[in-house]
Amino acid sequence: MLDKILFLLCLASALADERCMPDTPHGFQVRLSIKTALGDEAYVWNENEMFLFRASLAFAMRNHMNGQQFEVSNIIVCNETMRVSFWFIVTSPLDTSQLIDQENVEAAIRQSRNRINSAFLLTDKTLEFVDILPTLATLYTHPTPPWLIVFGVVMGAVSAGIIIMLVSSVVQKKRKTNRKPQDEDDDEETRVKTVENGDAHDGIHNMSFSEDERFTKM
Amino acid sequence: MRLVLPNPGLEDRIFSHEDLERMEKEEAEDRPKWDNKAQYILTCVGFCIGIGNVWRFPYLCQSHGGGAFLIPYLILLVLEGMPLLLLEFAIGQRLRKGSVGVWRAISPYLTGVGIASMLVSLLIGLYYNTLIAWILWYFFNSFQDPLPWAQCPLNENRTEFVSECQRSTTVDYYFYRVTLNSSPSIAESGGLQWQMVLCLLAAWTVICICYIRGISTSGKAVYVTAILPYIVLAIFLIRGLTLKGSLTGLKYLFTPDVDELMNPQTWLDAGAQVFYAFSIAWGGLISFSSYNPVHNNCMQDAVILSVITGLTSIYAATVTYTIIGFRATQKYENCISENIMTLLNAFHLPEDSITTSNYDTALNHLNSSSPDIILGLDFKTCDMQKLLSEGVEGTGLAFIVFTEAIINMPGSPVWSVLFFIMLLCLGISTLFGNIEGVVVPLRDLNVLPKKWPQEALTGVTCAVAFVITLLFAQHSGIYWVTLFDNFAGSVPLLTIGLFEMIAVAYIYGIDRFNEDIKFMIGHKPSIFWQISWTFISPIIILVILVFYVVTQAQKELTYLVWDPDSDKFPSLASVPYPSWINAVIFLLAGVPSLTVPLYALWRLVIVTCKKKKKRVKKSSNYLNFH
Repeated sequence: MLDKILFLLCLASALADERCMPDTPHGFQVRLSIKTALGDEAYVWNENEMFLFRASLAFAMRNHMNGQQFEVSNIIVCNETMRVSFWFIVTSPLDTSQLIDQENVEAAIRQSRNRINSAFLLTDKTLEFVDILPTLATLYTHPTPPWLIVFGVVMGAVSAGIIIMLVSSVVQKKRKTNRKPQDEDDDEETRVKTVENGDAHDGIHNMSFSEDERFTKM
Repeated sequence: MRLVLPNPGLEDRIFSHEDLERMEKEEAEDRPKWDNKAQYILTCVGFCIGIGNVWRFPYLCQSHGGGAFLIPYLILLVLEGMPLLLLEFAIGQRLRKGSVGVWRAISPYLTGVGIASMLVSLLIGLYYNTLIAWILWYFFNSFQDPLPWAQCPLNENRTEFVSECQRSTTVDYYFYRVTLNSSPSIAESGGLQWQMVLCLLAAWTVICICYIRGISTSGKAVYVTAILPYIVLAIFLIRGLTLKGSLTGLKYLFTPDVDELMNPQTWLDAGAQVFYAFSIAWGGLISFSSYNPVHNNCMQDAVILSVITGLTSIYAATVTYTIIGFRATQKYENCISENIMTLLNAFHLPEDSITTSNYDTALNHLNSSSPDIILGLDFKTCDMQKLLSEGVEGTGLAFIVFTEAIINMPGSPVWSVLFFIMLLCLGISTLFGNIEGVVVPLRDLNVLPKKWPQEALTGVTCAVAFVITLLFAQHSGIYWVTLFDNFAGSVPLLTIGLFEMIAVAYIYGIDRFNEDIKFMIGHKPSIFWQISWTFISPIIILVILVFYVVTQAQKELTYLVWDPDSDKFPSLASVPYPSWINAVIFLLAGVPSLTVPLYALWRLVIVTCKKKKKRVKKSSNYLNFH
């Protein structure tokens, strides 16, 4: 009995290992670029990190497929390289010979991508699931576009400036016209005086004579 | 006696030296006046130093042999630029009128020169203010973090960026699609881009308020608009020199290639650049110097202005190329990193095994061991020279290269605001001279009534110009701007400049001009100036004009379009102009150039008709009398 169980287990694990291989139709390739993301604070990739990865992937599968209790053993990893890249497949918790299809795995990863990334302090780009496109974050849209605000400020200031300039020039003109009637009154008085004292001034200012000169130019 | 064409009645049309002395003493002139000399110099500096110093000169310098380009540039600055400057300054100061008034005073047949200046100033002002509108748009959008041109918008699935943005770059997409929404050809107008209409409104309103009382307001505004660019350039220089890759850019700019001096195109480009940089033949300089006191030392001003312009061009080129070097280095390093990643992924090597320093050796090693895998990989070509030379001229420099460099600098919004404020100041101060060259002739020609106050003149001109520039707010606006830039601002200016020199040297008389300068500044101009005015400068301009017209006539008329459907996307595709463009080109380039001879002819016809009528009247009076 024990022998049979052992044999079946070995067979099962052997079968599972064979199913996990590069370009498998049931799994995905994962690529981590830890040094690119973290630089000096990069951690070393070892078995413990791999265990964390398998655990977080099991968590993602549990989230997506409600009710099914995925365990770490359901995530099978193979072909680990120095690059830190590997392939994985997911077996069903109810029947280890059954593999979960790609669409479900992809959907699960998409749903919990953020949590998986943050478990490893990585981003969508540095923790790459090959052929799974990340859902890009939408850009923050402001309620009022900021440019409209700046435009409003500038236009308001400039329009206020124009109105102030126009009003001040109108006011200046009014002041000039108020002064002019006073000046004109003074002028009239002096003119009246010159008319009265016309004989005395004739010898000095001979305006009429100089005017004639212009007309007689041929 | 030197060659002078007969010019009867000249003394009646101009003030004599005694009149000028009397007017100076009594301050009897009703023309506006500068508050102080500094305002005048700053206005002229602002007028001459424009956006072209930032985005045209550095490109010319680098493409024509770097440091070696400075030799033809400085030679032509002295032989062509300075004499023309002094000519315009002196004639304006002596005859004390705007551009139309000055040429009308020299000879009524020459009024066409003034009218042509006005037309050219108007056409240039229209598209120049559109550039200001674009700069304003970027300025308004710089007050946010992250900058809007740092990211592409997402498509509906949120899996990828919008296809147009994905294939080109974020900055290209932002300029051609978000800002301008450009149509694929000049014939498809596509309606108005309302954001551009608002920016144009802002641009014309700003100009209106700065020039609302003529030089009394613009003279105050130039304290900011002429000085701020220098401060910002200094800040950018310090920032630029601390960036990685700046010295690469500087080396690329200044490395001399003496062979380029043998290329005639280098000398032509240098001559054209000097001519356009000094804003000669726009009419603004004549107007500005006519507000000077009679005994202002215009010769000193001309020399100072030439020196400042030359030095500023070199200064701006230095700053520009530190930033260009930084951007090219960034892009190059990104390119190499991508190639390294491709190699690492394909051969499953640990991350640190290939770096930029051992990339080439590693590539060769892998190529020899497994060439088939290497062939299957998609490598990008990383060419530093190409990165340094792409898009570094015109609007491409400001809105694509610089904006891309800015998003890579820490604290991007600050740098963006500074950069676009600098461009704004450069542009607005040039526009002051431009609008002066339009409003004053319009008043002298009685197109605008003389009784109107300055505010009304400025307001009406700005309002009409705003309506006309809505042409550039269409989706095809950028192609119209390029058309205006190529044709309205090139041949007509050279023709007018040539006519100006001939008018002063041979119709006004170089002897009389020398006497005027002696009266104004106390000594006659030296033999250098006289030979320049009579022979050297006119010949240089004639040569440039002839070569330019010949090369233009031989080239097929094509223009660059942003067409997402073309094969060359994301590069701009070269497309021939539609046939009706020839009529537009004739209007832009032909009409101002032909105004001078046509007006002279028209006036000749009218004068001969009047003489005939007088003779008929006299003989009929005689008959009646008898």
